[in-house]
Amino acid sequence: MRVLTLAGRRLAASIPTLILILIGVFLLLQLAPGDTVDALMAQMGGGDAATARQLREFYGLDLSVWAQLGNYLWRLVRLDLGFSAIYGKPVATVIAERLPATILLMTASLSFAFFFGLILGVVAARGVNKWPDTLISTLGLMFYAMPTFWFGLMAIVVFSIYLQWLPAGGFEDITVSYTGLRRTFDIALHLVLPTLTLGLFYMAIYLRIMRGSMLEVLNLDFVRTARSKGMDETRVVVRHVLRNALLPMVTLIGLQAGTMLGGSVVVESVFSLPGLGRLAYESVIQRDLNTLLGIIFVSALLVIAVNFIVDLLYARLDPRITAGN
Amino acid sequence: MDLLKLYFRSPAAVIGLLLLILILAMAASADLLYPRDPLALAGRPLIWPFSNPRFLLGTDNSGRDIAAQIFHGARISLLIGGVATVISVMIGITIGALAGYYGSWVDTALMRVTEAFQTLPNFLLLLVLVAVFGSTITTVTVAIGIVSWPASARLTRAEFLSLRNREFVQAGRTLGLKDARLIFGEILPNALPPVIVYASVVMAIAILLESALAFLKLSDPNVASWGNLIGAGRDVLRVQWYVSAIPGIAILITVLAVSLVGQGLNDALNPRLKSR
Repeated sequence: MRVLTLAGRRLAASIPTLILILIGVFLLLQLAPGDTVDALMAQMGGGDAATARQLREFYGLDLSVWAQLGNYLWRLVRLDLGFSAIYGKPVATVIAERLPATILLMTASLSFAFFFGLILGVVAARGVNKWPDTLISTLGLMFYAMPTFWFGLMAIVVFSIYLQWLPAGGFEDITVSYTGLRRTFDIALHLVLPTLTLGLFYMAIYLRIMRGSMLEVLNLDFVRTARSKGMDETRVVVRHVLRNALLPMVTLIGLQAGTMLGGSVVVESVFSLPGLGRLAYESVIQRDLNTLLGIIFVSALLVIAVNFIVDLLYARLDPRITAGN
Repeated sequence: MDLLKLYFRSPAAVIGLLLLILILAMAASADLLYPRDPLALAGRPLIWPFSNPRFLLGTDNSGRDIAAQIFHGARISLLIGGVATVISVMIGITIGALAGYYGSWVDTALMRVTEAFQTLPNFLLLLVLVAVFGSTITTVTVAIGIVSWPASARLTRAEFLSLRNREFVQAGRTLGLKDARLIFGEILPNALPPVIVYASVVMAIAILLESALAFLKLSDPNVASWGNLIGAGRDVLRVQWYVSAIPGIAILITVLAVSLVGQGLNDALNPRLKSR
């Protein structure tokens, strides 16, 4: 229960941050050249000043900046994200349509990065400065330095164009309508390359952190005690070292939830996935500021949610965190 | 020079330095080797690399010399990466120093802002900034600097928190030194080394951010940027994949060089960590 209270307090503390972000980005967007109505009129093929005025009145764009900001925040309290003039739908609907692909991609990439980062980090730390360590660390550096979108393109060249093993893009095969398990498999197949593309960069970071944190914990007294009790090395690593070495990895998940969402903008546009990131890109191009603001709000919420889960995990891995407070 | 000796003990750091010198040499010799505008039409489009001695790395889909774009692109990448890093570290140091030195409400307020920047996905903020201020090379550079300062602010703040009550600071205070003098003259020089090392990470990320932005066609289209070339090559990926592949390798080498040098510096500054 104390864990929940503690994490709950952290959650409450993030509300001012959220409001700060919304106000900041809202004011920033006021500086943008042209508003939604301009974009809309351009899409309709122009129109006279009277129509523009009417439209501005309709969207509440004729009010002062502060009144608009007040309106926006008040609507947000009622969970209303406004209307997207470009898509002709409420922003909440547009985002809800795009959210599943992004969440799927992020969860898959994060699991991939965490799992393989963990294993490779442990292997590297066990054989520190021997050839497996050198090989893994070099690979890690390579993946870290590689632009993700470039890796995605090269993966398309190899796996989709030459070998023709995997689809080059899209979320599912739209020429045939699969249902049930077949559809799940189809989506999974489409997500293999995007997951690798987004995940490898983070795997490189995780394995480096895991290696360092393993090396640190392996030198602590309680590990020496465990060894002197006659425990075999695998048990020492799995039962004693791993749990302690995991802490920095878990912290990293919380810190990088935001960067990962940013990374999905690029990956989604390489693989033309209908996700939140691509929606953000499209709304920048189309000057759909309402949608853009909505995306900012939802992604900040996502980051806060991930950090909440990380707090809970953290307390579970290290009971001292709750007991000490 | 103990530091130099320690640095050159690590082969990875030496490789990083050599790669960095190579990229710098490319940037410096770009005008000499390829005096023409790298974005100008040079020959037949889509010549494969190593097939025509005039275009060593071939030409892209609009007939521009890829090698020229790679050499001139080195300048752009280093310029954007370098300037954005300076901007980012300056903002970070200022905010971190003020928060760490003054504490109390100044700290709370500044850390809230830092948290806001960390909660907001930085690439999304970058998109917003570019959408608002346009995508010239100046705005892109400044925008990258603005989205990547929080980590250096936290680092500086942590250093300040541990340094601000040391004897030498108290001595300075007793002598009646002003706050500004204490912050920038006394504490900052001692807090700087970890921040400088971290700057290499910022630079690596800045180069990657710029290339991603250029790939999405949101960076300055009028400069020879590696990301732009990858984006252009995407249209002919099916057969002429080399148009995208070559600039990607250039980015990889540059980021690798910057990271290795940063890591080498870090190990040289903290030799205790390395010997483990």
